[in-house]
This record gives sequence, C-alpha cells and structure tokens, in this order.
Amino acid sequence: MATQDVTRTKPKITRTNAPKKEEHPAEGEVVHVEHPSEGQYWKIFFILFAVTAVEVLLYYVPVPGVNLNNAALGILAIFKFVVVVGYFMHLKFDNRILRRLFVTGLVLAIFCYLVFLLTMGVFIDPPNARP
Amino acid sequence: MVATTDRAEASHDVVSGGHDAHVTNTGLSNEKVAMWAFLGSECLLFGALISTYLLYKNRSVSGPTPQDVFDIPFTSASSFMLLMSSLTMVLALSAIQKGDIRQLRIWLLATATLGGLFITGQVYEFTSFYREGLSLSTNLFGSSFFVMTGFHGVHVTLGVLMLLSLYTLSLRGKLGPEKAEVVELTGLYWHFVDIVWIVIFTVIYLIP
Repeated sequence: MATQDVTRTKPKITRTNAPKKEEHPAEGEVVHVEHPSEGQYWKIFFILFAVTAVEVLLYYVPVPGVNLNNAALGILAIFKFVVVVGYFMHLKFDNRILRRLFVTGLVLAIFCYLVFLLTMGVFIDPPNARP
Repeated sequence: MVATTDRAEASHDVVSGGHDAHVTNTGLSNEKVAMWAFLGSECLLFGALISTYLLYKNRSVSGPTPQDVFDIPFTSASSFMLLMSSLTMVLALSAIQKGDIRQLRIWLLATATLGGLFITGQVYEFTSFYREGLSLSTNLFGSSFFVMTGFHGVHVTLGVLMLLSLYTLSLRGKLGPEKAEVVELTGLYWHFVDIVWIVIFTVIYLIP
C-alpha cells in the first residue's frame, strides 16, 4: 500500500512555498505544473485580439490633444508579448531556470541594440537631419 | 525494493512528462532547456534585424518609403491569423496532454493552415511591393525590410513543416500522450515566431 502512495502522489510545488524545490526537486519528486484551462486560453486569445484591434485603431485615430500614440502602441505590444510568453508558452508557470534562460537573451538583446541605436543617433536626431 | 523502483519511475516523470528521458539535476528535460536557450539566442538574432531596419528605414535616398507601400489592413489580417494560430497551437498541446489524439490532429492542422495563410499573405505582400518598385536592392529600407521579414517568414515556414511532421506522425500512430513534450517544444517555437511578429507588426508597421 505504501508503494502505491509513492507512485501516485504528485505534490504541487509553487514558487511561494518551496522555491528551492522548484529548481532542484529531490530524486523521485514529481514537479506538477498547472497550466491554464482551454477556456482560459480562449479568454486570453480574445484579450489579445482586442488589444490588436486597439493597436490598429490607434494607427488610424490619433489620441486628440496628445502625441502618445507611439508610446501607447509600444506598451500594448509589450503587453501582448508578455501575455503570449507567460500564458501560451507557460513561462509564468514553468521552472524559473527556463525563465532566466529566455529573459537573459531578451534583456541582452534589448540592452545591446538599444546602446547600438542610441550610439547611431536613431532616437536623437530627426530623420531629415541625419546624413 | 518495489518502492525504490517506483520512486525511480516517478523520478523519470519529472523530466519526461511520461516518456523515456534522462533524470537531470534540475528536474527539467534537456530538450526543453535547450529550446528555451535557443529561443533566448533568437532574441539576439531578431533584435539585430529589427535594429538594422530602424537604423536604415529613414536613410534611403530614393523611394519607395514605408508609407508608400505598407497596407495596414492587409497586414493586420495576417497578424490576426498568426495570433489565432498561437491559440490553436496551445489547444493542440492541451489535447495531447489529455490523450485526445483526434483533437490534437484538428488543432495541429488548423495551426499549420493558419501559418500557411500567413506565409501566403507575406508572399503576396512581397510581390505587391516588388510591383510598386521596392526590391531587395532598391534602397536601404527595401534591403533591411526584406531581410528582416524574410527571416521571420523562413522561421514560420520551418514551423509549418514541423507541424505537418507532427500531424503525419499522429496519423501513423507515433504521437501519443507520452510524446506530449515534442508538441510542447514545437509549440514553444511556434509561439516565439508569433511574439517576434507582435514586435515587428508594431515597431515596423504601426509606429511611423
């Protein structure tokens, strides 16, 4: 009977109660990761669809009085990016080692190319002032 | 003795999700770690391509310019298809995890079809740009645009081929619930091409 308990028990490990175990589970310990349900996937999709529609709307209809369209478009794109990575790619629920691997590449890319673009004056000079 | 054997089997499940794999120190499958490391490195590749585009897009001495050729409604429809394909991909993964092979086939085929439609749209877009006088060698905008979106298109095409391979494997009965991680890894790649397009669509097409 005790043998059956060992094989069937799959304890849930979350970041809040056992962060160490998530990274280095003991031998024989099963890491069970909860993913969103199919209904939640549909909800996430409709949110992403709505955000995309708002983006296209912002392209055609500038917000009156303020010139924040580009900033708003950037924020919405970051939101969509984070939602897809977090929920569809399950990075929100997966092991933090995987998160670190991806985030390292992402942060390195953003830092590296931001420095490159700033050095080349892309965000500083108006386009017609550049050679 | 029996308990030890069962513990070893349970340990197997840690990294493989049920199928044959090694027990690793991290409790993660090597394939999944490798895929995430690969996707992290892909951020650097697409970062380079997008940065190059941003650097060159306003430095062309002759037209056509982005404003002359971009068709936002058409590209929005393409973006919608790729976004929809991310949903169908994740539903395919959910299906195989439940052991529902019929649903898996439906969603895999839907994902591949949506990816194929996206590629068809991109070919149409490239053709129409060419007819309007924009080619790879016309100006700096053309060169950086075609290289960047072309690389993305190649990634999508490879993803479609991977999806069709999975579909074929499922038809031959070689893709059961014990191989759920294969679908998961293909899904990770597929979602990555989607998030790259999310960035390209906003930065290249929508932000002037």
